[in-house]
Amino acid sequence: MPELPIPIPPLPTLHESVFMAIALLTVVGAFLVVAARNLFHNALGLALTFFGVAGVYFVAEAEFVGVAQVLVYVGAISTLITFAIMLTRGMMYGATSPLNRQAGTAAIIAATVFVVMAGLLGSLPWPVAEEPIVDGQIVIANLGVGFVTEFVVAFLLLAVLLLVALAGAIVLAQDRK
Amino acid sequence: MAQDYFPLLVFIVVSIVFAFIAIGLPSILGPRRKNQQKQEPYESGIIPFQDARRRFPIKYYLVAMLFILFDIEVIFLYPWAGALLPLRDGYGIWLALVPMGVFLFILIAGLVYEWSKGALEWE
Repeated sequence: MPELPIPIPPLPTLHESVFMAIALLTVVGAFLVVAARNLFHNALGLALTFFGVAGVYFVAEAEFVGVAQVLVYVGAISTLITFAIMLTRGMMYGATSPLNRQAGTAAIIAATVFVVMAGLLGSLPWPVAEEPIVDGQIVIANLGVGFVTEFVVAFLLLAVLLLVALAGAIVLAQDRK
Repeated sequence: MAQDYFPLLVFIVVSIVFAFIAIGLPSILGPRRKNQQKQEPYESGIIPFQDARRRFPIKYYLVAMLFILFDIEVIFLYPWAGALLPLRDGYGIWLALVPMGVFLFILIAGLVYEWSKGALEWE
Protein backbone atom coordinates (compact mmCIF):
# COMPACT_ATOMS: atom_id res chain seq x y z
CA MET A 1 0.00 0.00 0.00
CA PRO A 2 1.57 3.35 -1.02
CA GLU A 3 2.30 5.90 1.68
CA LEU A 4 -0.32 8.68 1.76
CA PRO A 5 1.02 12.26 1.74
CA ILE A 6 -1.29 13.15 4.66
CA PRO A 7 -2.16 10.57 7.31
CA ILE A 8 -5.91 9.90 7.48
CA PRO A 9 -7.24 11.27 10.76
CA PRO A 10 -8.85 8.61 12.94
CA LEU A 11 -12.65 8.48 12.97
CA PRO A 12 -14.13 10.56 15.80
CA THR A 13 -15.29 8.63 18.84
CA LEU A 14 -18.88 8.94 20.08
CA HIS A 15 -17.72 11.45 22.68
CA GLU A 16 -16.02 13.57 20.02
CA SER A 17 -18.99 13.38 17.65
CA VAL A 18 -21.35 14.57 20.39
CA PHE A 19 -18.95 17.43 21.11
CA MET A 20 -18.79 18.34 17.41
CA ALA A 21 -22.60 18.36 17.11
CA ILE A 22 -22.91 20.59 20.18
CA ALA A 23 -20.11 22.88 18.99
CA LEU A 24 -21.80 23.20 15.59
CA LEU A 25 -25.09 24.10 17.30
CA THR A 26 -23.30 26.73 19.39
CA VAL A 27 -21.58 28.27 16.38
CA VAL A 28 -24.84 28.33 14.38
CA GLY A 29 -26.53 30.08 17.32
CA ALA A 30 -23.69 32.58 17.62
CA PHE A 31 -23.88 33.26 13.87
CA LEU A 32 -27.65 33.89 14.17
CA VAL A 33 -26.99 36.41 16.94
CA VAL A 34 -24.97 38.63 14.61
CA ALA A 35 -26.51 37.81 11.24
CA ALA A 36 -30.30 37.56 11.73
CA ARG A 37 -32.01 40.75 10.62
CA ASN A 38 -34.83 40.63 13.16
CA LEU A 39 -33.56 41.60 16.59
CA PHE A 40 -35.94 39.12 18.20
CA HIS A 41 -34.33 36.29 16.21
CA ASN A 42 -30.93 37.47 17.47
CA ALA A 43 -32.20 36.92 21.02
CA LEU A 44 -33.42 33.42 20.11
CA GLY A 45 -30.01 32.66 18.58
CA LEU A 46 -28.38 33.76 21.82
CA ALA A 47 -30.58 31.32 23.76
CA LEU A 48 -29.47 28.55 21.38
CA THR A 49 -25.82 29.49 21.97
CA PHE A 50 -26.36 29.40 25.74
CA PHE A 51 -27.84 25.91 25.37
CA GLY A 52 -24.84 24.84 23.29
CA VAL A 53 -22.41 26.13 25.90
CA ALA A 54 -24.34 24.18 28.55
CA GLY A 55 -23.92 21.10 26.35
CA VAL A 56 -20.15 21.70 26.18
CA TYR A 57 -20.07 21.81 29.99
CA PHE A 58 -21.91 18.48 30.14
CA VAL A 59 -19.51 16.90 27.64
CA ALA A 60 -16.63 18.21 29.78
CA GLU A 61 -18.29 16.50 32.79
CA ALA A 62 -18.81 19.81 34.59
CA GLU A 63 -22.43 18.99 35.35
CA PHE A 64 -22.97 21.63 38.03
CA VAL A 65 -21.73 24.42 35.77
CA GLY A 66 -23.92 23.02 32.99
CA VAL A 67 -27.05 23.03 35.16
CA ALA A 68 -26.22 26.53 36.39
CA GLN A 69 -25.78 27.61 32.76
CA VAL A 70 -29.23 26.28 31.83
CA LEU A 71 -30.91 27.76 34.92
CA VAL A 72 -29.30 31.19 34.82
CA TYR A 73 -28.37 31.88 31.20
CA VAL A 74 -31.02 29.95 29.26
CA GLY A 75 -33.76 30.39 31.85
CA ALA A 76 -33.21 33.92 33.08
CA ILE A 77 -30.74 35.94 30.97
CA SER A 78 -32.43 35.00 27.68
CA THR A 79 -35.82 35.98 29.14
CA LEU A 80 -34.39 39.27 30.36
CA ILE A 81 -32.93 40.06 26.93
CA THR A 82 -36.22 39.12 25.26
CA PHE A 83 -38.09 41.47 27.60
CA ALA A 84 -35.53 44.20 26.95
CA ILE A 85 -36.22 43.90 23.22
CA MET A 86 -39.99 43.79 23.71
CA LEU A 87 -40.04 46.98 25.73
CA THR A 88 -37.84 48.93 23.32
CA ARG A 89 -39.63 51.18 20.88
CA GLY A 90 -39.54 50.02 17.29
CA MET A 91 -37.51 46.89 17.96
CA MET A 92 -40.49 44.59 17.51
CA TYR A 93 -41.30 45.85 14.04
CA GLY A 94 -39.73 43.93 11.19
CA ALA A 95 -36.12 43.70 10.12
CA THR A 96 -33.34 46.03 11.09
CA SER A 97 -29.96 46.22 9.44
CA PRO A 98 -27.21 44.59 11.47
CA LEU A 99 -24.78 47.16 10.07
CA ASN A 100 -24.38 50.80 10.98
CA ARG A 101 -21.63 53.41 10.67
CA GLN A 102 -19.61 51.76 13.44
CA ALA A 103 -19.54 48.35 11.73
CA GLY A 104 -15.95 48.74 10.48
CA THR A 105 -14.59 49.79 13.88
CA ALA A 106 -16.53 46.99 15.57
CA ALA A 107 -15.10 44.45 13.10
CA ILE A 108 -11.53 45.60 13.80
CA ILE A 109 -12.06 45.44 17.59
CA ALA A 110 -13.71 41.99 17.35
CA ALA A 111 -10.87 40.65 15.17
CA THR A 112 -8.26 42.04 17.59
CA VAL A 113 -9.98 40.46 20.57
CA PHE A 114 -10.21 37.16 18.69
CA VAL A 115 -6.50 37.18 17.79
CA VAL A 116 -5.47 38.05 21.36
CA MET A 117 -7.76 35.45 22.92
CA ALA A 118 -6.77 32.72 20.46
CA GLY A 119 -3.10 33.50 21.05
CA LEU A 120 -3.54 33.41 24.82
CA LEU A 121 -5.50 30.15 24.74
CA GLY A 122 -2.94 28.56 22.45
CA SER A 123 0.02 29.51 24.65
CA LEU A 124 -1.56 28.53 28.00
CA PRO A 125 -0.71 25.18 29.49
CA TRP A 126 -3.86 23.07 29.88
CA PRO A 127 -3.51 20.80 32.90
CA VAL A 128 -5.19 17.42 32.53
CA ALA A 129 -6.80 15.80 35.57
CA GLU A 130 -4.79 12.77 36.64
CA GLU A 131 -7.76 10.53 37.33
CA PRO A 132 -11.24 10.72 35.84
CA ILE A 133 -13.91 12.28 38.04
CA VAL A 134 -16.02 9.39 39.26
CA ASP A 135 -18.38 11.11 41.68
CA GLY A 136 -19.78 14.50 40.74
CA GLN A 137 -21.42 14.87 44.17
CA ILE A 138 -18.01 15.15 45.84
CA VAL A 139 -17.02 17.91 43.43
CA ILE A 140 -20.16 19.91 44.26
CA ALA A 141 -19.71 19.29 48.00
CA ASN A 142 -16.10 20.53 47.76
CA LEU A 143 -17.38 23.62 45.99
CA GLY A 144 -19.85 24.21 48.82
CA VAL A 145 -17.13 23.74 51.46
CA GLY A 146 -15.06 26.29 49.53
CA PHE A 147 -17.91 28.83 49.75
CA VAL A 148 -17.99 28.74 53.54
CA THR A 149 -14.24 28.39 54.22
CA GLU A 150 -11.61 29.53 51.74
CA PHE A 151 -13.76 31.84 49.59
CA VAL A 152 -16.16 33.08 52.27
CA VAL A 153 -15.30 36.75 51.64
CA ALA A 154 -15.96 36.42 47.91
CA PHE A 155 -19.16 34.51 48.71
CA LEU A 156 -20.51 37.29 50.92
CA LEU A 157 -19.35 40.00 48.51
CA LEU A 158 -21.39 38.18 45.90
CA ALA A 159 -24.50 38.57 48.08
CA VAL A 160 -23.74 42.31 48.27
CA LEU A 161 -23.32 42.41 44.49
CA LEU A 162 -26.72 40.74 44.03
CA LEU A 163 -28.23 43.22 46.50
CA VAL A 164 -26.78 46.17 44.55
CA ALA A 165 -28.15 44.72 41.29
CA LEU A 166 -31.56 44.30 42.92
CA ALA A 167 -31.63 47.88 44.19
CA GLY A 168 -30.40 49.14 40.81
CA ALA A 169 -33.11 47.24 38.93
CA ILE A 170 -35.80 48.70 41.20
CA VAL A 171 -34.46 52.24 40.90
CA LEU A 172 -34.22 51.95 37.09
CA ALA A 173 -37.56 50.28 36.45
CA GLN A 174 -39.82 51.79 39.11
CA ASP A 175 -42.63 54.01 37.96
CA ARG A 176 -41.97 57.52 39.20
CA LYS A 177 -45.20 58.76 40.67
CA MET B 1 -19.89 9.87 33.52
CA ALA B 2 -20.71 10.99 30.01
CA GLN B 3 -22.40 7.67 29.21
CA ASP B 4 -25.05 8.44 31.84
CA TYR B 5 -26.31 11.23 29.60
CA PHE B 6 -27.08 8.95 26.67
CA PRO B 7 -30.84 8.83 27.58
CA LEU B 8 -30.79 12.65 27.63
CA LEU B 9 -29.28 12.68 24.13
CA VAL B 10 -31.98 10.27 22.90
CA PHE B 11 -34.61 12.47 24.53
CA ILE B 12 -33.28 15.60 22.77
CA VAL B 13 -33.13 13.87 19.38
CA VAL B 14 -36.66 12.43 19.77
CA SER B 15 -38.09 15.82 20.78
CA ILE B 16 -36.45 17.59 17.82
CA VAL B 17 -37.68 14.93 15.38
CA PHE B 18 -41.16 15.05 16.93
CA ALA B 19 -41.27 18.84 16.56
CA PHE B 20 -40.46 18.54 12.85
CA ILE B 21 -43.11 15.83 12.40
CA ALA B 22 -45.76 17.72 14.37
CA ILE B 23 -45.25 20.90 12.34
CA GLY B 24 -44.29 19.36 9.00
CA LEU B 25 -46.83 16.57 8.57
CA PRO B 26 -50.01 18.70 8.93
CA SER B 27 -48.60 21.22 6.45
CA ILE B 28 -48.25 18.41 3.90
CA LEU B 29 -51.38 16.39 4.65
CA GLY B 30 -53.81 18.89 6.16
CA PRO B 31 -56.43 20.75 4.10
CA ARG B 32 -55.93 24.49 3.68
CA ARG B 33 -59.27 26.21 3.99
CA LYS B 34 -58.53 29.38 5.87
CA ASN B 35 -61.04 31.86 7.18
CA GLN B 36 -60.99 34.74 9.64
CA GLN B 37 -61.79 32.60 12.69
CA LYS B 38 -59.10 30.04 11.94
CA GLN B 39 -56.42 32.73 11.67
CA GLU B 40 -56.91 33.85 15.26
CA PRO B 41 -54.18 32.94 17.78
CA TYR B 42 -56.53 30.98 20.05
CA GLU B 43 -59.55 29.13 18.79
CA SER B 44 -62.62 30.00 20.88
CA GLY B 45 -60.37 32.28 22.94
CA ILE B 46 -60.53 35.95 23.79
CA ILE B 47 -60.97 38.01 20.62
CA PRO B 48 -57.72 39.93 19.96
CA PHE B 49 -58.22 43.66 20.42
CA GLN B 50 -54.83 44.96 19.31
CA ASP B 51 -51.53 43.96 17.74
CA ALA B 52 -49.33 41.85 20.02
CA ARG B 53 -46.22 43.57 18.67
CA ARG B 54 -46.31 46.62 20.85
CA ARG B 55 -44.02 47.97 23.52
CA PHE B 56 -44.30 46.00 26.73
CA PRO B 57 -44.38 47.68 30.14
CA ILE B 58 -41.01 47.92 31.89
CA LYS B 59 -42.50 45.98 34.83
CA TYR B 60 -41.70 42.77 32.93
CA TYR B 61 -38.02 43.76 32.89
CA LEU B 62 -38.04 44.35 36.63
CA VAL B 63 -39.66 40.97 37.28
CA ALA B 64 -37.10 39.21 35.03
CA MET B 65 -34.22 41.03 36.74
CA LEU B 66 -35.47 40.07 40.22
CA PHE B 67 -35.94 36.50 39.00
CA ILE B 68 -32.29 36.31 37.84
CA LEU B 69 -31.02 37.50 41.22
CA PHE B 70 -32.96 34.93 43.23
CA ASP B 71 -32.17 32.29 40.61
CA ILE B 72 -28.44 32.89 41.21
CA GLU B 73 -29.04 32.74 44.96
CA VAL B 74 -30.62 29.28 44.55
CA ILE B 75 -27.64 28.14 42.42
CA PHE B 76 -25.37 28.90 45.36
CA LEU B 77 -27.60 27.02 47.79
CA TYR B 78 -27.06 23.71 45.96
CA PRO B 79 -23.29 23.25 46.60
CA TRP B 80 -23.80 24.55 50.13
CA ALA B 81 -26.38 21.82 50.77
CA GLY B 82 -23.81 19.33 49.50
CA ALA B 83 -21.22 20.76 51.89
CA LEU B 84 -23.42 20.17 54.95
CA LEU B 85 -22.64 16.46 55.03
CA PRO B 86 -18.79 16.72 55.19
CA LEU B 87 -19.04 19.65 57.66
CA ARG B 88 -21.73 18.23 59.95
CA ASP B 89 -19.52 17.30 62.92
CA GLY B 90 -18.55 19.62 65.79
CA TYR B 91 -17.98 23.28 64.98
CA GLY B 92 -18.09 22.54 61.26
CA ILE B 93 -21.85 22.90 61.19
CA TRP B 94 -21.53 26.52 62.39
CA LEU B 95 -18.88 27.06 59.76
CA ALA B 96 -21.51 26.02 57.21
CA LEU B 97 -24.53 27.75 58.74
CA VAL B 98 -23.12 31.18 59.63
CA PRO B 99 -21.83 32.27 56.18
CA MET B 100 -24.98 31.03 54.48
CA GLY B 101 -27.06 32.78 57.15
CA VAL B 102 -25.29 36.07 56.41
CA PHE B 103 -25.63 35.45 52.66
CA LEU B 104 -29.38 34.86 52.97
CA PHE B 105 -29.76 37.79 55.39
CA ILE B 106 -28.24 40.19 52.83
CA LEU B 107 -30.58 38.91 50.12
CA ILE B 108 -33.61 38.95 52.44
CA ALA B 109 -32.75 42.59 53.17
CA GLY B 110 -33.00 43.09 49.42
CA LEU B 111 -36.36 41.32 49.38
CA VAL B 112 -37.64 43.58 52.17
CA TYR B 113 -36.43 46.66 50.25
CA GLU B 114 -38.12 45.38 47.10
CA TRP B 115 -41.34 44.72 48.99
CA SER B 116 -41.33 48.12 50.69
CA LYS B 117 -40.78 49.86 47.35
CA GLY B 118 -43.84 48.10 45.96
CA ALA B 119 -41.87 46.29 43.25
CA LEU B 120 -43.82 43.10 43.92
CA GLU B 121 -47.16 44.75 43.18
CA TRP B 122 -48.27 44.54 39.59
CA GLU B 123 -50.68 47.42 39.30
